[in-house]
This record gives sequence, C-alpha cells and structure tokens, in this order.
Amino acid sequence: MIEIDVRGLSCPIPVVKAKKAFEDHPNEPIAVLTESAVSKENVSRLADSRGYSVKVENVKDGFRLLLTPTGRK
Amino acid sequence: MRKLLKPKILIILAGIVFGVLAAYLVKWGNPSNMGFCTACFLRDIAGALGLHGAKAVQYIRPEILGLVLGAFVAAFAFREFRSRGGSSPLLRFLLGAFMMMGALVFLGCTVRAPLRLAGGDLNGITAIGGIIVGVIAGIFFLRKGFNLGRATKMHAAAGWIMPVLMIGILLLAIFIPSFILRSESGPASLHPALWISIIVGLVVGVLAQRTRMCFAGGWRDLIMVRDTYLFSGIAAFFIAALITNYALGYVHWGFIQAGTPEAAQYIAQDNHLWNFFSMGLVGLAATLLGGCPLRQTILSGEGDTDAGVTVLGMLVGAAFAHNFLTASSSKGIGANSEIAVILGLVFCLILGFMMREKTA
Repeated sequence: MIEIDVRGLSCPIPVVKAKKAFEDHPNEPIAVLTESAVSKENVSRLADSRGYSVKVENVKDGFRLLLTPTGRK
Repeated sequence: MRKLLKPKILIILAGIVFGVLAAYLVKWGNPSNMGFCTACFLRDIAGALGLHGAKAVQYIRPEILGLVLGAFVAAFAFREFRSRGGSSPLLRFLLGAFMMMGALVFLGCTVRAPLRLAGGDLNGITAIGGIIVGVIAGIFFLRKGFNLGRATKMHAAAGWIMPVLMIGILLLAIFIPSFILRSESGPASLHPALWISIIVGLVVGVLAQRTRMCFAGGWRDLIMVRDTYLFSGIAAFFIAALITNYALGYVHWGFIQAGTPEAAQYIAQDNHLWNFFSMGLVGLAATLLGGCPLRQTILSGEGDTDAGVTVLGMLVGAAFAHNFLTASSSKGIGANSEIAVILGLVFCLILGFMMREKTA
C-alpha cells in the first residue's frame, strides 16, 4: 500500500502530494496520513472527484485516509 | 451541522453573509468600498499601535480582533484548536510582510479586490487579474515541490498567544490609553461603533473558520485541481456584496482615477501596471504561505503559530509600507511602491526556487 505522510504540511501541499500519488500510481489504493480536519477534507474532496472511495480512520493525533480507486470518474 | 448542510452550501451561505455584511459595514461607518479589508485593517491597527506615523490610518479595527476571536471560539467548540508551528516561521514572517506591502500598493487585499469590484471600481479587475497570475506562479512552485516544511504540535500555551494578544488589543480599543493613536481624519477615522465591528468580525471569524474560506485558495484550487469549493465562497461573497451595494445605492461603475475626489472617498488609485504586479505579489505570496491574509488571520486564532507569525509579519510590513513610502494613496502609488513590489517578487521567486523538497 502506498503510504503518504502529509502531517503538518501547509495547504495545499497535502492535495498536491495526493494528486501526484494518483498520477504516479493509477488504480492503486493509497493511504494518506494527516493531522488536521482541513487536510482530511481537502484530500477527501480531491479523491472523491478522481473516482476514489474514501475511508477515514482516526489515528493518534490525526487521520489515516484509505483511498481506493473505484473505476468511476 | 455537516450532516444537515453539504459543505459547499455552507460556504456559499457564509460567502453571502460575509458579502452582505461587507457592504453594510460601509453603511455603518467604514470607508466606501472598504467594508472589509484584512490588509487595510491590519495596517490601521499597526498605526494605532504606533508602528507607523501615517496620521490618516491609525485605528484599532475591531473586525480583525473579531476574526481571530471568532475563529478561536469556533475552533475550540469544534475541537479543532491545536497548538502547532515550526514551519519556517521567519520566512513566513517575511512573506507576510511582503504580502502586506503588495496589498498596500493596490490598496486592498484578496478580499477587498472583489469587494471594490462589487462597488463598481473596475480597478478590482486589474487586481484580480494580478492575483490569478500570482497564484499561477505559486502553483508552478508547488508542483515543483515547494514546501516550507512540516509544522508540529507545540505546547498548548503557544497557540493561545494570538487570541490572548487580540483580547489585549481589544482592551486597548475599549479603554484607549493615551499611547494608542486614533486618526481624526482620513480613512481610519471612518468606522462603525466598536460593538458593531467586533460582532461582525466574530460572525465572519466563525464562518470563515468553519468553511476554511480563503480568497487566494479559491483561485488556486480552481486552477490547480478544478475544485470549486473555495471559489464558490468568493463568488457568493462578490455577488452578495454587489446586490447589497445596488440596494444601498453604492455602485458606481468605472476605473476610479487617482487624484480625484472619488479616489479620496473610495481610497483607490488606477495605476494599472502596479496594481497588477502588486496583487501578483499578493497572490504568489499567499499561495506560498498556504492562505490569503484573511485565512492567515483565521488560522492564527486556531492555534497555528506559523499563521500567527505571518500576521505579525503583516503588521510589520504595513509599518514598513508607510514608513518607507511604499504604500499608495488616493493620489497614486507611493514613491517606493515599485521597488517594494519588485523586491517582494524577487524574494518570493528565490524562495520558490530554493525551498524545494529534495526528492523528485
């Protein structure tokens, strides 16, 4: 599983990194580790718009987003 | 609340409320086309604190205090207050200072640009054009790996500093000790009663914190990832302000020209070239910072000490702008406006190229 750690990174770097991960690893599930509600929302919104399903796990001091490609666009 | 209202509906509603309030703040006492301006208001606060000596722009604008305190209350209530920092604070301080210096050449921030346009001042178009180009430049650097570094959790006390500072400044605004300066004429002499300004600031602070409103991010996300969430807040703000201005009889279409009585009333100038470049600087700096002046102010209330340092940088930038004659006036751009904008752009470009992550 591709894991990206965007904890503590300023807007919009979490989205930039997630976008790059989608482009570098198409059709693969990606896990994104973030510490803020804002980056959780932003990355979720990007993922949803790119046809990924979003599952949010609460982890210590943050969230782990499991992004799974669904094939829809 | 998020289950009742889709986030996009919420930010549109927030934009509408903000736009209506920004228009009404003029009716309630703020200068024409300046119901709300994060940059101008921080500059006025800098003046009141004696950081600069420009007699026409010295007043503690409670709207700014309300923004920080509203954001603080909202963040606390929704458990989003987190003390954090450590992401290149010195660089952020300087970016904040240059962002402010750029805004004070155009005579408005990323919020006032559409607000001026909503009053019919077409100089707003030049400014928005500049912001967009600056944001595009910022996106270029972001794509190349620009990164100011990770912020980490800090001791709780650190995050409380900005909200407590704002309470302190609010007390200064209420009791007005002799060392606090207050303009008797000029733009900063025009303001509503304190309680009106603070309540509006608090309302906007809560709304902006909850919806993550950002008047640079809106353009950025639209261009970078074709996401319209933040932009819909800007659009709602503009349309609501425009309609309210029409209802109040405040709309006059045209390029307000420097040196005219209109310019003095609306605090505007029409140097298109430098309005464009100065707002280009604002757009670029805001994109590198991760948020416009409004957003930085809101974040500083949530415990983000990097944003806090940026706000302090904006205060100091405002002081430099007036002390070093880089700020414009209704008569035109300042004697040193051009060099300030050029220096700011050079600083941002150097930062953009240098602060890159080592991995591809």
